[in-house]
Amino acid sequence: MRTWQFFLISLAIALAGFFAARLYQNDYLFFAGYVVLQFIVMATAWNILGGYCGYVNFGSAAFFAMGAYTTVVMTKLPAFANRHLPEGLAEIVTAITPPSMPVLIILGGVVAGLVGLGTGYLTLRLRGVFFAIATLALAVVLQTLIVNWDFVGGSRGAYVIRPATTAWLNINYIEYLFLVMLILVVVALTTARAIERSRLGYGFATIRDDEMAAEACGVPTLRLKLVATTLSGAFMGMAGAPFPYYIGYLEPSSAFGLAYAVNAIAMPMIGGTTSWVGPLVGAVLLGTLQQLATVTISSAVSLLIVGLLLVFFVIIAPNGLIGLFNDFFRRKKPEADEARGAVVKPS
Amino acid sequence: MEFPVELFINALIAGILLGGFYAAVTVGISISFGILDIVNIAHPAFIILGSYIAYIANQRLGLDPILTSILVLPLFYYLGSLIYQVYYLSFEKRGQEALRGLAFFFGLLFVTEVLLILVFGVDYRYVQAGYIDTTLRFAFFDLPMRMVVPFIISMVLLAGLQWFLSKTFTGRAIMAVAQDQLALSLMAADPIRIKRIAFAISIATAAIAGALLIIIQPVEPSVGREYIGRVFAICVLGGMGSIPGMIIAAMLLGIVESITSTFYGPSWAPAVAFGFLLITLAVRPAGLLGR
Repeated sequence: MRTWQFFLISLAIALAGFFAARLYQNDYLFFAGYVVLQFIVMATAWNILGGYCGYVNFGSAAFFAMGAYTTVVMTKLPAFANRHLPEGLAEIVTAITPPSMPVLIILGGVVAGLVGLGTGYLTLRLRGVFFAIATLALAVVLQTLIVNWDFVGGSRGAYVIRPATTAWLNINYIEYLFLVMLILVVVALTTARAIERSRLGYGFATIRDDEMAAEACGVPTLRLKLVATTLSGAFMGMAGAPFPYYIGYLEPSSAFGLAYAVNAIAMPMIGGTTSWVGPLVGAVLLGTLQQLATVTISSAVSLLIVGLLLVFFVIIAPNGLIGLFNDFFRRKKPEADEARGAVVKPS
Repeated sequence: MEFPVELFINALIAGILLGGFYAAVTVGISISFGILDIVNIAHPAFIILGSYIAYIANQRLGLDPILTSILVLPLFYYLGSLIYQVYYLSFEKRGQEALRGLAFFFGLLFVTEVLLILVFGVDYRYVQAGYIDTTLRFAFFDLPMRMVVPFIISMVLLAGLQWFLSKTFTGRAIMAVAQDQLALSLMAADPIRIKRIAFAISIATAAIAGALLIIIQPVEPSVGREYIGRVFAICVLGGMGSIPGMIIAAMLLGIVESITSTFYGPSWAPAVAFGFLLITLAVRPAGLLGR
């Protein structure tokens, strides 16, 4: 299947899913579904760097927060312009901000992508463990900057008022956010799948397997790593951009919460990191499980489940669910052939 | 404005005391990461666990936190032993320690933190002991005992470990396993056993560091996260596994942080530690006294 075919088919499936969900007329379905979709994007984004290149990013929350805070900045701009800018300029600013959701998502993606590029440059010489720790450090540095930045509310946080409906679709805003996220999921999955089958993906795989050897063979590892950190960061930012509208109130400790970092790692690891299907499977399973556990037990317990599953899976099933699935069928096949042979012989 | 010398000297002293405490927090990472190459990012979570044990003993039995930590040392030692066994069988033996081992410890960090939240909630907890609220005054500078006591305990702990690593057979075997595992096994020492002992010791130090932490400041479960950057910054800056190098790095970070929070406000302190780490990693990954 070609990339554009895959894109159109999955878009069709996504839209069908959306309209099927609308039939239920249940707001909670969209509230919970949004979070699951958001985690699919996060997991897919993490996997571009972590699964394909083998570079573990512990700072996913920071990229997510960069996207979210880009949106906050945009929503704060009109009030700021009215107070501090000359009249003509203020009029222009209030006319274009806050922009519509797709534009916000692109802006969030650009900002987080640039942060990703910067991370790439800063950590070019770092491999494996040192890269992982550096990303963790980066998250804390960025969080401190946000906490000390009054314009976006500092540690107090910022309110973002969610419109009741959208201007041009005339649907509930939560449904709109769900739809936007659904399309983002399709874009992210298509990108991940396209990477997997391209020269870029093979380049990433050589980095994962043996970076020194790849470099010796003339693979431009440096450039590839920058592409991976930028792409991965950009998608995480895009996942974060609609978040302030979803939650209505954003504060640094929730935007930079460890839960995002853990989920972004746990979901691909549990699903399987070698292909685009793994993060999708992991995110759908874990995300749904978490939503159920949050409602029925408590949000702390739902996080505990993620942590335990992560530990359990890295020990028991190193290749995730997809790996288990493949193993199962590989082991099953010869038996099946034998069985067929036994049936064929007497006749 | 004239330069406030007294304030500066006070900040300097506070920084040195803080650095001494940081050294106790980092020594576990110096052993596991610096010597054994095991990236135990869950170490700060075990430190917080140590803090909570000290808290319970202090609340229920009125025990001194430091005494408690010495009493639970064997417990932490066996916990470390157990974790290493799981780590060895699941990752090291299969040669998959890099990515999955890291994820394993990240998961462990998270599980410990959430369990502590479930049991104790997110309120700050603190301990009571006679020396915590007293302050010595010399001329114009202050020596708060809640910083001095951890400093002294930390120095005793580090001196003891340095002696152990350089003078005893097991200690030397631990240093040797870092350099050449095969050579060690040729000398009839079991490298896996040596590594297990070393890792168990590294976790055991978390019990003491945890008690020191809760003497210095009130603790809540996610405080450990703030220490992840600090411990790795100090460990890397100190040159991976060198205890003297680590002490110098810890003091340096303590001083820089203390001066930052005195002159710019405490909300900037975390960025200093992590900025320190990022710059160290980018400029000189081998550390100050690199090997």
